[in-house]
Amino acid sequence: MEKRELTCIGCPMGCQITVTLENGEVKSVEGNTCMKGDKYARAEVTNPVRVVTSSVPVRDGEIDQVSVKTAGDIPKGCIFDVMEALRGISLQAPVHIGDVVLADVCGTGVDITATKNVERKIV
Amino acid sequence: MLYDVIIIGAGVSGCAAARELSRYDLKILVAESAEDVCCGTSKANSAIVHAGYDAKPGTLMAKLNVEGNRMMDQVCRELDVPFDRIGSLVVCRSDEDRSVLEKLLEQGRQNGVPDLRIVGRDELKEMEPHITDETQWALYAPTGGIVCPFTLTAAYAENAAANGAEFMFDTRVERVIPSQSDAGRVFCLETSKGQLQARVVVNAAGLYADTIHNQVSSEKIHITPRRGSYNLMDKTAGSHVRHVIFPLPSSKGKGTLVTPTVHGNLLIGPTAVDIDDPEGTNTTAQELSAVVETSGKYIAGIPYRETITSFAGLRAHEDAHEFRIGEVKDCPGFVDCAGIESPGLTSAPAIGVMVAECAAGILNAEKKKDFDPVREGILDPKTLTPEAYRELISQEPSYGSIVCRCESVTEGEIIDAIRRTPGARSLDGVKRRTRAGMGRCQAGFCSPRVMEILSRELGVPLEEITKSGGESRIIVGRDKFIG
Amino acid sequence: MNRTKIAVIGGGPAGLAAAIEAKKAGTDSILVLERDRCLGGILNQCIHNGFGLHTFKEELTGPEYAQRFIDQAQELEIPCRLGTMVMSIAMAEDGSGDKIVTYLNREEGLVQLRAEAVILAMGCRERPRGALSIPGFRPAGIYTAGTAQKLVNINGFMPGRSVVILGSGDIGLIMARRMTLEGAKVQVVAELMPYSGGLKRNIVQCLDDFGIPLKLSHTVVDIEGKERVKAVTIARVDERSKPIPGTEERYECDTLLLSCGLLPENELTSALGAVISPVTRGPEVNESLETSVPGVFACGNVLHVHDLVDFVSQEAGQAGRNAARYVQGAAAKSSEGDIRVTAENGVRYTVPEIINPARMEDTVTLRFRVGAVYQNIYESVYLNGERILHRKKKIAAPGEMETIVLKKESFEQVKDLKSITVRLEEE
Repeated sequence: MEKRELTCIGCPMGCQITVTLENGEVKSVEGNTCMKGDKYARAEVTNPVRVVTSSVPVRDGEIDQVSVKTAGDIPKGCIFDVMEALRGISLQAPVHIGDVVLADVCGTGVDITATKNVERKIV
Repeated sequence: MLYDVIIIGAGVSGCAAARELSRYDLKILVAESAEDVCCGTSKANSAIVHAGYDAKPGTLMAKLNVEGNRMMDQVCRELDVPFDRIGSLVVCRSDEDRSVLEKLLEQGRQNGVPDLRIVGRDELKEMEPHITDETQWALYAPTGGIVCPFTLTAAYAENAAANGAEFMFDTRVERVIPSQSDAGRVFCLETSKGQLQARVVVNAAGLYADTIHNQVSSEKIHITPRRGSYNLMDKTAGSHVRHVIFPLPSSKGKGTLVTPTVHGNLLIGPTAVDIDDPEGTNTTAQELSAVVETSGKYIAGIPYRETITSFAGLRAHEDAHEFRIGEVKDCPGFVDCAGIESPGLTSAPAIGVMVAECAAGILNAEKKKDFDPVREGILDPKTLTPEAYRELISQEPSYGSIVCRCESVTEGEIIDAIRRTPGARSLDGVKRRTRAGMGRCQAGFCSPRVMEILSRELGVPLEEITKSGGESRIIVGRDKFIG
Repeated sequence: MNRTKIAVIGGGPAGLAAAIEAKKAGTDSILVLERDRCLGGILNQCIHNGFGLHTFKEELTGPEYAQRFIDQAQELEIPCRLGTMVMSIAMAEDGSGDKIVTYLNREEGLVQLRAEAVILAMGCRERPRGALSIPGFRPAGIYTAGTAQKLVNINGFMPGRSVVILGSGDIGLIMARRMTLEGAKVQVVAELMPYSGGLKRNIVQCLDDFGIPLKLSHTVVDIEGKERVKAVTIARVDERSKPIPGTEERYECDTLLLSCGLLPENELTSALGAVISPVTRGPEVNESLETSVPGVFACGNVLHVHDLVDFVSQEAGQAGRNAARYVQGAAAKSSEGDIRVTAENGVRYTVPEIINPARMEDTVTLRFRVGAVYQNIYESVYLNGERILHRKKKIAAPGEMETIVLKKESFEQVKDLKSITVRLEEE
């Protein structure tokens, strides 16, 4: 039996939720005051995921940095691996929203894509 | 390199002395430990031009205060410095205290302060609608005023430089050694930038003036850093008072004043706390609340929530509470300009002349024929007519981009401040010269942009840009290098 | 003199949405004035995700959210002047009711623009250290969270390596994560209040995920370092927010970030003479989001500080439509029948502050904030003392803007309307 304490992010209440697990299976969810909390807690203990956002340098652009994100959820445990994978990467302008910056980052099956348009600097 | 005169310290006294000395045919250097002029006491004070009733009659302080006040109009006109003779009031709350005002009035008359008079509650209320109900009497000094200490110092330095004086920054004078050579008496200055030599040394080292003096003289002096903390309020609060308003003076000084600044902010302070650290310009919660509490006793409704910054400055308080200006008896050629605390800013024009006459006298120097007393300030395009402004932008588009939104400072003004001699080399240097970053958001908006301009103009990488020289770098590196 | 029907001051999320809706409502002549060199405002540096859930039903990053509006503005061919600072807004002296907008840029110089209506969308600024009276030295290394965000996300610089954050507003929380991801050590977030003003999601995903402690009821009591920050001392505070001696904790660090509140940027508004609310620090507006100066509308963070950009866009759209109605001559001009909304019993303010049922569209959206954290509370609205709305909330917190939509019918049923009151009630 394993107990995990969580703060629900569903609303400003921030219910303190206790999840009881047995062999990786959720046995009970307590402390939540609505179904949103139950759903959040189950997902967070079995497969916590996050979207990572950052920025990378861009050459010859109107601005020097372009913002990027993981195009979908990645496992929470991979956050720093993703950041490491982004280190040293730079792009050539123009860059557009949705352009793939790094495909299948860290074997997650998720691409890193640009979230901003950066046109070429007019010299 | 042998200079005729080396001035230690580029505060307002040192820079005023440099400018007045640059009237003479002399090779002059100003050596400053900080990265810019106006980095010590000169940058953190009440910015007041005192009328001159405070100092004891017969003292040098009294004499130079009144002289400096009188000279201020011409100096500020020649050097293009904001100065406003708004008048000052010393207020008191009881009839018993009125006798203190009488004493000040008499002292002022002896010092030669013109037009002093005591005003009663009704007239006072008309002059200052926000005085508290308890405030009864005031000593009114119409010659009191306010000045921009940053511009005054920078202007003195620029005019000195334009007339041939040199400036070295980041140059801390460690030791002054008098010696005799074939050419006569020469001082050797050991500095953080190597050795310098001069026939005459002017000690305008502010809080370090005792250390420097005591290296060459057996008659020791002692300077105590006396800290004063201030609150500066937004321009929305600037019209809360119309004059410089002082409480009754105390043994530690002229008390916590309330005044508009020449740029329209409201300034309250200072406290007076003796400390040991000559760089201890930190504020404390106690002092900041003391400023609020004291000012509220005689001015009602001060909008404290409009405070945009708090700061502390250190007065170079010499034990005898007197300016020590002149050649040191047991060290010929060494000229003190020490113990310059309030009313030092007011006295600066007179101090400059006195120091210059002393040093030039030692060297038997002649006045130059081509001395130019005029310095043009940084152009504030807001003062132009719309047509002239348009014309300026068509010539110089950088005057069309606003960098500091709070104070409406354009890129053109910032470039001007950097390209001057001596020019701004740090964010604070730009701020003191142009007011970019001096406004209500306190540089949150403009600092990244000012950093870019400094980097471009000075030709140094952004990582090297500092807030105020030394290790005060704004950024610690790039988060991702271009691979 | 140049002319436009509607001048929009600011090309951030509020200004863009206002211009788009004004155009869609049939106004052909609109000009957006933006001080930055690109559109999108503060969203450009908000590279994290979580924007647009209400508007687009998906989670976008700030730049993506902004781009959707920029694209729309471009499709609608709304002209924008970039790198353009508005210096003043004043009433035309000819009595026409037009406004003279004076702006400055490199290309045109100083320009006077005559506008029939103006939409204020200048946003807000961060409260600086000085306004917080934090004692200590004033070295480099003290930044507002937004300035640090700009340095990292726009310029690509690290403002520091070892960080203490004061204030748990959302920007502070977001920057705690951002700095951590870029390799800095964020040691602690101190919050003066006994609760955080940030979203729960940000506390979990920006602090808890990285083991960064949040210390509620704490503030900074000393900053050390003469050139660059060397250490920051925090202490617990009592109920009156005064530091408690003996509770000090010293953190060696090189950076202090401040996330201590946002202030609407209303210098132009004040100079124009519009009435400013002492609570929101934004202009007082009526149900049309029109300020006390006829034909001058306000929306977004210049009106009152929002926590979700979706609501900024909604509000701004409404301001845009109303400005369009105004220039088309369709808006009622009389102020007769204006009722001031009373905010009381835990409701700090409402926007709009004034409602005139005669001018109302089918509904009016009242936005407000509460003064403390309340659980199981009712939000109530009274017309002439009669309760017309009674809504239970499991939780209401100062960090979360509350919204009530009132129908025109409710107003029509009340004869001789004299008062509108919004309050919190325990039952």
